[in-house]
Amino acid sequence: MELFDNLALGFSVAFSLQNLLYCFIGCLLGTLIGVLPGLGPVATIAMLLPITFGLPPVSALIMLAGIYYGAQYGGSTTAILINLPGESSSVVTALDGHQMAKQGRAGAALATAALGSFFAGTVATFLLALFAPPLADLALKFGPPEYFALMVLGLIASVTLASGSIVKALAMIVLGLLLGLSGQDIYTGTPRFTFDVQELTDGFDFVALAMGVFGIGEIIRNLEDEKQRSLVAAKVSSLMLTKDDFKQIIAPVLRGTILGSALGILPGGGAMLSSFASYSIEKKISKNPKSFGKGAIAGVAGPESANNAGAQTSFIPMLTLGIPSNPVMALMIGALIIQGITPGPNVVTEKPDLFWGIIASMWIGNLMLVLLNLPLIGMWVRLLTVPYHVLFPAIMAFCCIGVYSVNNNTFDVYTMALFGVVGYVLVKLDCEPAPLLLGFVIGPMLEEYLRRAMLISRGDPMVFVTRPISATLLAFAAIALIVVLLPSVSKTREEAFRE
Amino acid sequence: MSFIRSPKDVLAGLLFIALAGLFAWQANLLPMGSSVRMGPGYFPMILSGLMGVLGLIVLINGFRFSAEGATGIAWRGLILLTLAALFFGAFLRPLGFLPALAGTVFLSALGSQKFHIVTALAITGVMVVFSWAVFIWGLGLPIQLIGPWLGGY
Repeated sequence: MELFDNLALGFSVAFSLQNLLYCFIGCLLGTLIGVLPGLGPVATIAMLLPITFGLPPVSALIMLAGIYYGAQYGGSTTAILINLPGESSSVVTALDGHQMAKQGRAGAALATAALGSFFAGTVATFLLALFAPPLADLALKFGPPEYFALMVLGLIASVTLASGSIVKALAMIVLGLLLGLSGQDIYTGTPRFTFDVQELTDGFDFVALAMGVFGIGEIIRNLEDEKQRSLVAAKVSSLMLTKDDFKQIIAPVLRGTILGSALGILPGGGAMLSSFASYSIEKKISKNPKSFGKGAIAGVAGPESANNAGAQTSFIPMLTLGIPSNPVMALMIGALIIQGITPGPNVVTEKPDLFWGIIASMWIGNLMLVLLNLPLIGMWVRLLTVPYHVLFPAIMAFCCIGVYSVNNNTFDVYTMALFGVVGYVLVKLDCEPAPLLLGFVIGPMLEEYLRRAMLISRGDPMVFVTRPISATLLAFAAIALIVVLLPSVSKTREEAFRE
Repeated sequence: MSFIRSPKDVLAGLLFIALAGLFAWQANLLPMGSSVRMGPGYFPMILSGLMGVLGLIVLINGFRFSAEGATGIAWRGLILLTLAALFFGAFLRPLGFLPALAGTVFLSALGSQKFHIVTALAITGVMVVFSWAVFIWGLGLPIQLIGPWLGGY
């Protein structure tokens, strides 16, 4: 079967010594930043983008992917042991996981999280291998109007699934799109939004923007409230699960995997949303919902599986359509572009080694994480004793050096400083910066497809409605928008996110 | 504060409207083209208009729904971290990699309310050595270690 040939190719790529090494580095770094609160995968990947220059594309992407799913593992470890979710996606894990730890069952909680994640990761990897190529085939038949509609749907969906004000998020997308259009116009070469600054001829630098908003902006926000971390880590008991535990986690793991896989594909989905959704479902269908929040093992198994599945399937739209579904994927696209690869459906056919290598590496990476993390838990916990005020100057140094080394240009450092302030101001005004980054990446593509679509239709905007695929996609976008704007839905949505 | 119910929304709305105005003004200087052959200014103009409308909705919401105001701003962190980044940009060439990085790390450390001179100097020292080992020695970044202002060439 073709699938197995492809997977075999992928494993042969991923099992090369160099790629195994980068996969390992990625997983290790991912776990590290997952453990450390205040440093997320977005900032880390942005910092490491410049370093990936010198690597071959496959190794670069394998390492960056490892950081993303490694962070999910690391985040849950600290959530369970010291009630400190290292990542937003492990917030719900802390609810029941830490209670289990308090009851002396930290080992069981950690093992559940690891096994659930591994199972979900394996399933999601296969789904990725199974569904990505046909999706890419389909995408190859898309014309400019379909692409335009798809991107609009992606942007809208990313907003409706996020938390916070929708109107603000939409405005942030538009701001991102506008910033993304800065630099020379692709057709005429006219400089746009350069404000007569020569360095802006190529537009704002992607790495500088991402590091400013997600690196520096985030640090400043963390400095608002420097609480001393409590370090009463629970003792890790036996990692073995009892037969009864197994019986209790099988169903939640399966449900979490399915839910996470589905939500991960959706634009705006990914790890965080999946874990929240899974927790509320497990709580709803549980026979004794009262046990949730008091150490229910299902409350660990479900969300942990879901967040890992979601983290992996969110690669599907990125690899097949070239459309990022969350900020991490936007950075991955940035990494591809830096490597001179145009993201999109052609990647599957033109770079099969890259495509299948990444997929295979995810499975290997998941295995590494299970084997690595359980024995290393003690070390990770000790890392938490590094206080934030010692940590963040180091992050600043990496940000500065990293952003400078992209183009050997000090202007990019200034750009980063500017966007650090911008990012902080926006966060203070309750404007989530994630949609801005998505808009920034999609902006130039969106304009290009719009212009091409209008060229073929001779300036008739009806082209988006008369072509069935594009009309369907836009209809979905419209429905999504209307649904979330309905008062009754927006209320339950707020409640869901508060939980 | 009587009729401004959500200061955050009002400020955000005003910010979006101001930015929309800025982008629209810049886009207006560019050729618009027609809907068949869009010029460089066409799409930006549409987006600016869209952002203006969204900003207006955010602004109006600020008068309709109340929400909590902004909590304390980390002025110290904001100013010092921005300065730290600017310092790196400004002095990397004249002072060279090592002094510029040292300054940046030290300024960043000053941004914390838990600043302590001994720890700050220790972090600075460790980071300078570590960054030299990783970026200059390991990755071979082409940056002068000591710049012309300090006797480098």
